[in-house]
Amino acid sequence: MDLPLLQELDDIQAKANADLAAADDEAALESWRVAHLGRRSRLNLILRGLASLPLDERRPVGAAANRLHQQLEEALTQREVALHEEAVTTTIETGRLDVTLPGRPIAVGRLHPVTQTMRDILGAFEAMGFQVVEGPEVEWDYYNFEAVRIPKDHPARDMWDTLWVDYRKDGEYPMLLRTHTSPMQIRVMEQSQPPVRIVSPGKCYRHEATDPTHEWMLTQVEGLAVDEGISMASLKGTLFEFAKRIFGPERRVRFRCDYFPFVEPGAEMSIDCFLCGGQGCRSCANTGWLEILGCGMVHPEVLAKVGYDAERYTGFAFGLGVERIAMLRHAIDDIRLFYANDLRFLEQF
Amino acid sequence: MKVPLKWLHDYVDITLPPRDLAHRLTMAGSEVSEILSTSREWDKISVAQVVDVSPHPNADRLHLATVDLDGERITVVCGAPNVAPGQKVAFARLGAELIDGHSGQPTILKAARIRGVESAGMICSEKELGLSDYHEGILVLPEDAPMGTPLGDYLGDTVLDLDITPNRPDCLSMLGIAREVAALTGQTVREPPLDYAEEGRPAKERVKIEIADRDLCPRYCATLIDGVRIGPSPPWLQERLLAAGLRPISNVVDATNYAMLDVGQPLHAFDFSRIGGRKIIVRRTRPGETITTLDGSVRPLAPDMLVIADAEEAVAVGGVMGGAASEVSEGTTTILLEAANFNPTSLRRTSAALKLRTDASLRFDKGLSPELAMVGVRRATRLILELAGGRAAPGVIDVYPGKQRVTRITVTQERLRKVLGVRLPVSQVRHALVSLGFGCRWLPPDRYVVRVPYWRTDIRIPDDVAEELARIIGYDELPTTTLAGVIPAATPQPARQLRERVRDILATAGMQEVITYSLTDTESLAKVLSPDELAAHPPLRVANPMSRQQEYLRTTLRASLLETLAANLHHRQARMVALFETARTYLPRPDDLPLEAERLVGVVSGARPDRWGHPSEAPIDLFDAKAYMDFLLERLSLAPTYEEADDFALLPGRSAEVRQNGQRLGVLGQVHPRVAAAFDIQQDVFLFELDLEALLPHTGKPRRHQPLSRFPAVEEDIAVVVDDGVTATQVGAIIESSSLVQRATLFDVYTGPPVPSGKKSLAFSVAYQSFEHTLTDAEVQRERRRILERLSRQVGAELRG
Repeated sequence: MDLPLLQELDDIQAKANADLAAADDEAALESWRVAHLGRRSRLNLILRGLASLPLDERRPVGAAANRLHQQLEEALTQREVALHEEAVTTTIETGRLDVTLPGRPIAVGRLHPVTQTMRDILGAFEAMGFQVVEGPEVEWDYYNFEAVRIPKDHPARDMWDTLWVDYRKDGEYPMLLRTHTSPMQIRVMEQSQPPVRIVSPGKCYRHEATDPTHEWMLTQVEGLAVDEGISMASLKGTLFEFAKRIFGPERRVRFRCDYFPFVEPGAEMSIDCFLCGGQGCRSCANTGWLEILGCGMVHPEVLAKVGYDAERYTGFAFGLGVERIAMLRHAIDDIRLFYANDLRFLEQF
Repeated sequence: MKVPLKWLHDYVDITLPPRDLAHRLTMAGSEVSEILSTSREWDKISVAQVVDVSPHPNADRLHLATVDLDGERITVVCGAPNVAPGQKVAFARLGAELIDGHSGQPTILKAARIRGVESAGMICSEKELGLSDYHEGILVLPEDAPMGTPLGDYLGDTVLDLDITPNRPDCLSMLGIAREVAALTGQTVREPPLDYAEEGRPAKERVKIEIADRDLCPRYCATLIDGVRIGPSPPWLQERLLAAGLRPISNVVDATNYAMLDVGQPLHAFDFSRIGGRKIIVRRTRPGETITTLDGSVRPLAPDMLVIADAEEAVAVGGVMGGAASEVSEGTTTILLEAANFNPTSLRRTSAALKLRTDASLRFDKGLSPELAMVGVRRATRLILELAGGRAAPGVIDVYPGKQRVTRITVTQERLRKVLGVRLPVSQVRHALVSLGFGCRWLPPDRYVVRVPYWRTDIRIPDDVAEELARIIGYDELPTTTLAGVIPAATPQPARQLRERVRDILATAGMQEVITYSLTDTESLAKVLSPDELAAHPPLRVANPMSRQQEYLRTTLRASLLETLAANLHHRQARMVALFETARTYLPRPDDLPLEAERLVGVVSGARPDRWGHPSEAPIDLFDAKAYMDFLLERLSLAPTYEEADDFALLPGRSAEVRQNGQRLGVLGQVHPRVAAAFDIQQDVFLFELDLEALLPHTGKPRRHQPLSRFPAVEEDIAVVVDDGVTATQVGAIIESSSLVQRATLFDVYTGPPVPSGKKSLAFSVAYQSFEHTLTDAEVQRERRRILERLSRQVGAELRG
């Protein structure tokens, strides 16, 4: 059967495909779509007019028109995809960027390296159930010295050169800038009963000339655990765990005898020098070991002084310098850099 | 404490190489900070024996000396009067580097003809070897010096430099270290030789010794030695003293110093002829008393100091320093030798008050045992007789009012286990203690009775014994466990949590944290605080500041931040700097510790960065600084209000007080150019300051979720013209007071034509939205008219055309 509508559909198809091949941007594709697939397109009119066709024409024309509609839609999609790919190819070819250029600047702020290290240290102890408490930097002689077994005229006072506040009572200076964070041991124990498990961070001060390893303002973390059943063994285990958390799981530690008036036995913990692998270098004074902290079992007289039963309860205490830990971690060779606050230094962390 | 190993060897066999020995001592509590060597190069110099001395054919004062260098014989010209056959000497071959005996300059030994005789080498004096200034004769070495050995090997020694902790005065001696070494290496200590011959009248018949103040002097021992000849000490002793860090003076003084280093007891030698009334009285000072000490200073003595006096006056400050008047001098023939014991507390006060710290005072103030005095006086007497000749009067005068009982401590096995975390076998406990000189009796089932040797004045309680065991066994040998038991209940730490959040937020916003010193000077504070503010909180002063710049506890962080900014500007060029610090300020309170108030200060300066991060042409302004404050307070869930502030350090009209619910939190503003200039800052600086404690009550609550409407929002702009004095916040608040307005966002502020002068235009983008239904156009327009009416009524706003 030779029907004019079928012929027309063939013509539409030929024209549409030719037009589509000529369309080379999105706007052209859209006008092509309106022209050939739109509501007022000839094809749409034919499809809408199918109902009025005689029955014998309706079938073949309907089938052909629907086929054509589908073919054109597919062709459109293909052409869209092709154009898209072409555009991407063009972009790749002509829009090449120097990818080594820096990104647009965003403001980057940083915490002071002492703050960063402090957080890691406190975090390590918090994970072991220690609670952070803070205390005053300006202290009474009583808390800084007397209560931790360093009475006046005790030779151990030489271990802490003190900055005294110019305030006299009975001819003495009772107020000072704390030389260590140990006073918080006493303040905490005065206000609570065992079990105690605290770390106390903060600034301390020494009457000390500065050099690459000495600074008059320093940051310490004091730790204290008091309970039944606490021994040197738990002290060693806790501090070993801390060393691994801060310096890496492969660290080794050693404990040696040392003296602090408020502990007995007293100890000092070192870690194996990770800078030289234990071979001996300048940082570890050729010993292969880096001193990290002082520690020991809380002296029973310290416990008794705050009213604890020193027979029943035992405890350990430790104190460490945050700057020292930060210096080791970041290979900083001069402690004075921390509080000089040169941005060229601070922005490295 | 410097310990030459040859000296140490007098008292204990050294079975370990120096490095290993140092390690053992360090682990046991006496840290070896350095291993030194006294050996010198002394190239081409070795030990030789003089085999023949004959006169020089052409010179009376010269000799021809033939030396044997272990087989090889060399004859040289020698001018020394003391050269004699059989002597062991230090012989330098040609080419050796020596000190010229006359000029004192280093020189290379060359062959020389001396009065017609060829001389190819030299027998050396101490001066030529650089050992001392002695050049009156050649150095004569001990007879057992091995011939042919390089001198460096023979004379040199290894010295351990030990840091002795204040609890161990017993370790401030060779004998004390020898006891440690013996215990740590399984050796036995050799006791020091204390015996000597005595003759003549008993000492106690010739001098009377009295302790008037027994509380300050538990023991006073003395001997008398007649007929001494003062002169230099022999080289071996001088070498040992030098190696131990002391300067040789004369044989008698050196003997007292040597004995002190040897056994740990400080000693003092008086010229007995200068002791008035042949009487020693140990007493407190008399009013107005002074003394000229050995170092030549005239020192006024305070009440309660202890002096050693003769019948008339003070002849020494007890345990600190002797007096010049009774000093041993060249003409001294009779020595009164003192070995006493002093109250450590009083001695420390005296030494501190006189600002005089001596080897003696540093030992006494740590608490020596009075028992040691007898050991010391006998050791030193023996040495004086050996070095300076003379005769010791029979008997040691011993006034000993403060004799104490031997310390015995009962230690239970349970306590040792509690402290050390391990049950030690009885044999191990006993062995460790005995090796240290303790007595140890095991009383089954659970007790030890431990007898403490007299020199261990630091051992008083069972836990002290536990430490002894731990350090001898080795801390690393003790078990390692984790912390068991209940984790104590937590108490909240809101202030710390807030501070840490503030730090995080500001760093996230791009600010750099700094930490500055807590001490400052009043000049710095006066730059940022008004005289009234300074007077309200006069800063606490440090009584013993290290410098004028670190004399006062700061009452504000502002100066520190501005100083830090200024210090960084020179290398920043115009690049933007944004710094903050959270730290304490110290506000004094009468008769109490200061209030340590936590403050936050931020400073911002420079130009905004361009695309490349370089400073752009646009300098930052107040609102860049405010952005940090806004961001911080928004993240802390605060909704602050800003009001114009009046602040000494800030520029009027460009500073604001930050408030929350009417309560002041802090300030924000441009630093007054006068203040900036005081810190040498010429560019605009912006500063904000917050009182973290004031912030605290407004923070910490979790945010409440705001439900979202299911219905779409309609966005419209409202631009109004208002008087300059009307703030954007006021206008925004009026718009947002409408129940249909979700939010009003300012997007433009405009002044200038066509807006009349004295007025400004504010443009808001307003989002209308309902939770009940989709708003119609009519509803939005009706609401908009109401808002405009309110704006007109409340702040005189006109809709901008």
